[in-house]
Amino acid sequence: MTGRRRSHCPNCAQGFFSFKSRSTKEMQKLGDFKLPQFFNYPPYFTLQPVRDTREKQVQLWKEFILDYCRTQKIFVIELEEEFPLFSNHLIERSLSNEAREAFLSALVSEGRAEWLDRGHRKCLILWHRIQDWADILLHFVRDNGFEDSVMTVEEIRTGVESRGNR
Amino acid sequence: MSTATTSFFEPASVTSSGRPVLHQAEVECHLLSSVDIEPEPTTTANSLDFPALKSGLVILTTYRLLWLPSNVTTDNSNPIAIPLSSVTHIFSTKKSIKSMFHSPRIRFQVSIHSRSVVVTLVIRGKGDIDVFLTKFWDCWRGRAWEIGKDSGGGSSSGSVPASGSVSGGGLYSSDGSVRLVGVSGILRKEQEMWESTDKSLQEAFHDLNALMRKAKEMVILAEKMRQKLLSGSSSQSSSGNDEEMGSKEEMQDWLLSVGIVSPVTKESAGAMYHQQLSRQLADFVRIPLEKAGGMINLIDIYCLFNRARGTELISPEDLLQACSLWEKFDVPVMLRKFDSGVKVIQNKSHSDEEVFARIKNLVSKPEALRSGITASDAAMTLGIAPAMAKEHLLTAESKGLLCRDISPDGFRFFINLFPEINSDDIHL
Repeated sequence: MTGRRRSHCPNCAQGFFSFKSRSTKEMQKLGDFKLPQFFNYPPYFTLQPVRDTREKQVQLWKEFILDYCRTQKIFVIELEEEFPLFSNHLIERSLSNEAREAFLSALVSEGRAEWLDRGHRKCLILWHRIQDWADILLHFVRDNGFEDSVMTVEEIRTGVESRGNR
Repeated sequence: MSTATTSFFEPASVTSSGRPVLHQAEVECHLLSSVDIEPEPTTTANSLDFPALKSGLVILTTYRLLWLPSNVTTDNSNPIAIPLSSVTHIFSTKKSIKSMFHSPRIRFQVSIHSRSVVVTLVIRGKGDIDVFLTKFWDCWRGRAWEIGKDSGGGSSSGSVPASGSVSGGGLYSSDGSVRLVGVSGILRKEQEMWESTDKSLQEAFHDLNALMRKAKEMVILAEKMRQKLLSGSSSQSSSGNDEEMGSKEEMQDWLLSVGIVSPVTKESAGAMYHQQLSRQLADFVRIPLEKAGGMINLIDIYCLFNRARGTELISPEDLLQACSLWEKFDVPVMLRKFDSGVKVIQNKSHSDEEVFARIKNLVSKPEALRSGITASDAAMTLGIAPAMAKEHLLTAESKGLLCRDISPDGFRFFINLFPEINSDDIHL
C-alpha cells in the first residue's frame, strides 16, 4: 500500500498513524526506547468515560508503562514529577493526575505495582513479579555457587557476577 | 347509516393530529367532551330524522359548532360542523326534578336547505353547561361570520376611504376631502392609512377582549406587512444593502411566529386542556422542526410556542405534559431524553443511524484525523444547533464510534481507533 492510500483508509489504525509519522521525519524515541504509534493519538491522553474504550485504553497504558520501566530499569514512578511517558510535547497533550492514578492503580490491582505511600504519590513498578524476582535471585545464587554463603545486598546489586548478568 | 348524517350536516375537516381546521378568523370558545347529538323525534313532514351521534367532542367556535368523534380511527362517523348561521332558535334549559338526575341537555333548532330539525346535545362528560350555554348564545348573537364576509378583500378598514376618492376630476372628491394629485396625493393616502392602522392598534390594545376580536385584523395586518417585505426584498437589486436585508428577514420571521389566531386555553377546554394543547403543539412544531434540521430543544419550543400564542401563555409543566401525551396519539413527533438530561423534540422518522453515519464521515476526513472535531464543526455539517450536535457526539461516543480528547484546546472528538490498536505492530 502506498502512503496516500493509507491515509484514505479511515478505519485503519495503520493509516492514521502512518499519516501522523510522515510529519515527523525521524522515528520517535525516548532514549533507546521505541515509542508505540498510538503515543501520537490525542485521545490516548484523555481518560475515556465509555467502558469498553476505557478498558482498552487502560490495557495499552499498563503494557506501555511496564515495557518502558523494564527496558529503562525504572522502579519507582512519582506521580507529581515529570515522567516522560505521561506527556507528549509533539501533540501537546499530557495525562491528568486523575488519569495517572487510574492507570497506576490498574497496575496495582493486577499485582504489577505497589503504592509506596498512602497518598498514592509514589508507585513501585514490579516489571518482574515479586515471585519472579525471588526465582531470579535463586537462580543467580545457584548458578554462581553462592549457596551456603552470606552476601550483602550491595554485593548482590553491584558484584561482578550481577553486572555480568544483563 | 352514517351517510345520512353526513349528508344532512356538512363535514368538518381535521388535521393529521385530530385538531379541527379553522377558517381564517374563526376563534375557539369552548370544548365539551362526551357529547351525544340526537334529533328530537317529530311528526312534521318537513323535518328529517338523522341517526344519533354518540360520545364525541364538541367544539364551539365563533362560526360553527363542531362535533368530532372521540376515536377518529375506529368510529364510523365523520366529524361534522353545524354553522351557527343555520341555528334558528336556542331553547332555554328547564330546570326540573327530572333534569337533576339526567345528563344535561341543550336543545336548539337548526334549519338547513329549508328543512328544520331540533337537535339535542346530551352532555355526558364533565362540563359546565351554564358557561357553555352562555357562550353559545354569545357566539350565535355575535354573528361573527357575517362580519367576516363583509370586509372581504383582506385589507383593514383604513384603506376604504382612500380607495373611494378616485372619481372624476377636480380637486375636491365626492366626499368633500381634499384630493391632491401626484406625489403628495400618494403621500396623503399613505398617511391616512397609517393613521387609521395606528388608531386600530391603539383600540385593540386597550382591552384584551377587544384584542381577541381584532385578532383577525391583526393577522391580516401582519400578512400585509410580510407581503410588503417580500416584494420589497425581491424588487431590490442583488447589490442591495446587506444589513437591511438581514433585518427584513428578521422582521419576516418574527411576523410568521405571530401566526396562531385561536390559542387553546384552559377556559375553553376544561378537562380536555392538555389533550387539545398536545394536538395543537404537534401541529405547531412541524415548521420549526424542519428549520432546525429535525431536532429541536424543548426550551426553544417553549419560547417559540409561547411567543406565537401571544397572551395565553403556557407553563413549562403544561408543555412537558402535552409532549408526554403524544405517546397516546398518532402524531409524527416524539419527545426524547438524552443521557445528559437534555430533552428534545424530534421526528419519529428521525434515524440515529443516519446521523452516526454522517458523523463518521465527518470524523474520517484528513483534517479531522489530525485534530478531531468540536461540537461546532459537527453542528455546521449536520445543520443543527451546537447543543444538539454535542448530544449526538456524546451518544456516538457511548456507542464506541468516537472517543474524546480534552485539552487546553477544548473538547474534541476523534474517531475511535482503540479497538484496532493491537500490541504487536505498534511501533513508530
